[in-house]
Amino acid sequence: MIGIQIDLNKCNGCGKCVPACPFGLLETLGDKVQLKEGCTLCGSCQEACADEAILTPPVPKTDLVSDSHRGVWVFAEQWQGRLKSVAYELLSKGRDLAKNLQTELCAVCFGHNIDETSLIAHGADKIYLMDSPDFASNPEDLYTHLLVDLIRQYKPEIVIAGATALGRSFIPRVAAVLGTGLTADCTGLEIDLQNRLLLQTRPTFGGNVMATIICRTGRPQMATVRPRVFKSSVPDKGRQGQIIRLDFNKERITSRTRLISFAEDITETVKLSDADIIVSGGRGLGKPKNFKLLEELAGVLGAALGSSRPPVDEGWIPYSHQVGQSGKTVCPKLYIACGISGAFQHLVGMQTSEIIVAINDDPKAPIFEVATYGIVGDLFKVVPILIEKLKDNK
Amino acid sequence: MDVKIDPETNNLMRQGTNNVINPFDTYALEEGVRLKERYGGKVTAVSMGPPQAVDMLRETISLGADEAILLSDSAFAGADTWSTAYTLALAINKLGQYDLVICGRQTVDGDTGQVGPELAEMLKVPLIAYVSQVEEIAGGQIRVKRMIDEGHVVIQASLPAVITVTKEINVPRLPSLRSIVRSKNAVIPVWSLQQLSIDPGRVGLAGSFTQVIKVFYPQRIRQATIFQGDLGNQVDSLVDKLKATGLV
Repeated sequence: MIGIQIDLNKCNGCGKCVPACPFGLLETLGDKVQLKEGCTLCGSCQEACADEAILTPPVPKTDLVSDSHRGVWVFAEQWQGRLKSVAYELLSKGRDLAKNLQTELCAVCFGHNIDETSLIAHGADKIYLMDSPDFASNPEDLYTHLLVDLIRQYKPEIVIAGATALGRSFIPRVAAVLGTGLTADCTGLEIDLQNRLLLQTRPTFGGNVMATIICRTGRPQMATVRPRVFKSSVPDKGRQGQIIRLDFNKERITSRTRLISFAEDITETVKLSDADIIVSGGRGLGKPKNFKLLEELAGVLGAALGSSRPPVDEGWIPYSHQVGQSGKTVCPKLYIACGISGAFQHLVGMQTSEIIVAINDDPKAPIFEVATYGIVGDLFKVVPILIEKLKDNK
Repeated sequence: MDVKIDPETNNLMRQGTNNVINPFDTYALEEGVRLKERYGGKVTAVSMGPPQAVDMLRETISLGADEAILLSDSAFAGADTWSTAYTLALAINKLGQYDLVICGRQTVDGDTGQVGPELAEMLKVPLIAYVSQVEEIAGGQIRVKRMIDEGHVVIQASLPAVITVTKEINVPRLPSLRSIVRSKNAVIPVWSLQQLSIDPGRVGLAGSFTQVIKVFYPQRIRQATIFQGDLGNQVDSLVDKLKATGLV
C-alpha cells in the first residue's frame, strides 16, 4: 500500500493529524493513529503532527537528472511592440527560482522595437532578443520553430510562459516537439533543490483540488502561469544584463498560417485586468436585470463589472465579465463579491485581490473564507444602502 | 463534481465522468457536423478513454458523427497531455487522410487546453486555437476567426490543420429520433495498444513526462471581519474601513 509511514514509537495517539487529512483516512486506534487505504501522500497530516511521527517517502528520483540543462527562461510576451505585464510577473517569480538554483535568469523575446531594458530592470540577467516587423502580431507557427531551436541550442532547465491566448496555444506545441512535460495554469512554482525539480502547483478537477506536478523526464521543465497570479517586482533601473540579439532568418522557415486582419476589442475582459476595483455578481442576483444594481455600485466606485460562472452560463451577462478559472484571473485592490457563494473555481480567479468584501445571505458561503470584510445579509438590501452611503461620502 | 484520486499513481480518477461528452467538445462535434453539411465529407469522433466511454461515443453519432472510434487500453491510463496527444495522433494517422481535426478548447476536469496544440505538432500540421467562427474552407485553405487577448484576428491556414474551438462558435443541436436509432445500431470499434502498434513506453503513465506528486485541498489564508448589528451600521463600518484605504 502506498502512503505515509507512521512511526509508532513517536506517535502518541493525540489525533491532531486526523482532521488534517483531506480525505479522512486517518483514525485513532487506542493510543496510536492508523492509516486507511487511499493515501495520496499529500503531506497535510505531516504538518499537523507535532511529534514528527509521520514520514513521507522522498520524491521519486527523476529518470533523467540532467546536468546538461541549466538556467531559467521566461518567454516575454509582447503585442504590437509593447511587453505585457505577465512578462514582468514571470521575471519576478523566475528571479526566485534562478536564485534558488544558483543559475541565470533569461528572458526570450520575439518582437519589433521592444524596450528590452525593462526586462533587465525586472530581473533578467540575459535577454535573447529577436527583432522583426513580422513579429508584431505574434505569428505562432514561426514562434514554435524559433523557440524550439533556441531551447535546443541553449538548453535551459526551466521555461515559463504566460497562460495567455498566445502562450496556451504555442507553448504546448514547443513542448510537443521537444518531447517534454508542460503544466498549464500554475498558481505556485517552487524548487526541489536536491533534484533540481520544478514543483508546479495548479488547481485541477474544475478547480476543486490543488495538484503539485513534476516533470519526471524530459527537459526543460515547462509551465504556463496566468496573468496576475504572481506580482511583478519593483524595477531596478540600475541592474545590469546582457542583451543577445539573434538574427531572424526569414528564408529558413515559412509560416503555414497567415494573418488576414485584426480587430481590437475593448471589452470588459480588458477593463477587468486593469481595474483597481471590481464589483462582481453571482447566482444570488437571481435574474439578468439585477446586474443593473451592481452596475450602479460599480459606477459610484469607478469599478469594472465582474461575474462568477453561473450568471455567464445562464446568459445573464457576457463571458467577457467572467472571473475565475475558466474566465479571467484578477488581482484588483478591492473586490466586492455580491451574491457569490465562492466555488473554488471562482476563488482561484480572485483570491489574491488585496481587499475582498463579501456580501451574501448565507453565513456558511465559502466566499467568507477568503474575504477581508463580510456582510451577512440580503444583497438587495445591502447594496442600495452601500450605494447611498458612498454617494453621501463624495 | 466528485473528486477521486488513484492511490497507486496519485492521478485523478475520472471514472464516473467518462459517460458524458466534455461540454467543450460538443461545440467541436457540432462544428464538424456543420462543416460536413456545408462542404460534404465525413465526421469521425475519436476519444481515448475506458471501455465505458463507448456510450459517450454513441451519443456523438446521435449528434451527427458518421462514425466513432474508441482508443482504449489499460496501458493508456494515467496519460498526461503529451502521451494523450501522442496516442490520438497515431489513431488519426491510422484513419488515413483527413482535412481538419477539431478539438474543444479544453476539458472541464483537467482544464489544460494542451492536447489540441500538442496533437497538431505530432501530426505536423498547422494549428489555430480558440476559433470562434469558421469563415470559409476553399482551395486547400481554412479561414477562421480566432480569439486573442486583445480582441480577435482572422487567420488563414493550409489544410490539413487542427483547430480548437470556443463555445461562441455555435449552438449544438439536439439529437433527432432518427439519429438516436442509428446510434443504437452503430458499431464502435475499440482500438487497443495492439491495433495502434504503439510502443507501450510512450503511452499512459509510462509515456507521460509529468507526474502528480501531491494532491491537496487549498488552504484558506484570511480571517474575515464579519460586521454585526443592523445592516445600516454594518454598511457604515464597511465604508469606514474602505475609506481608510483611500480607495473610496
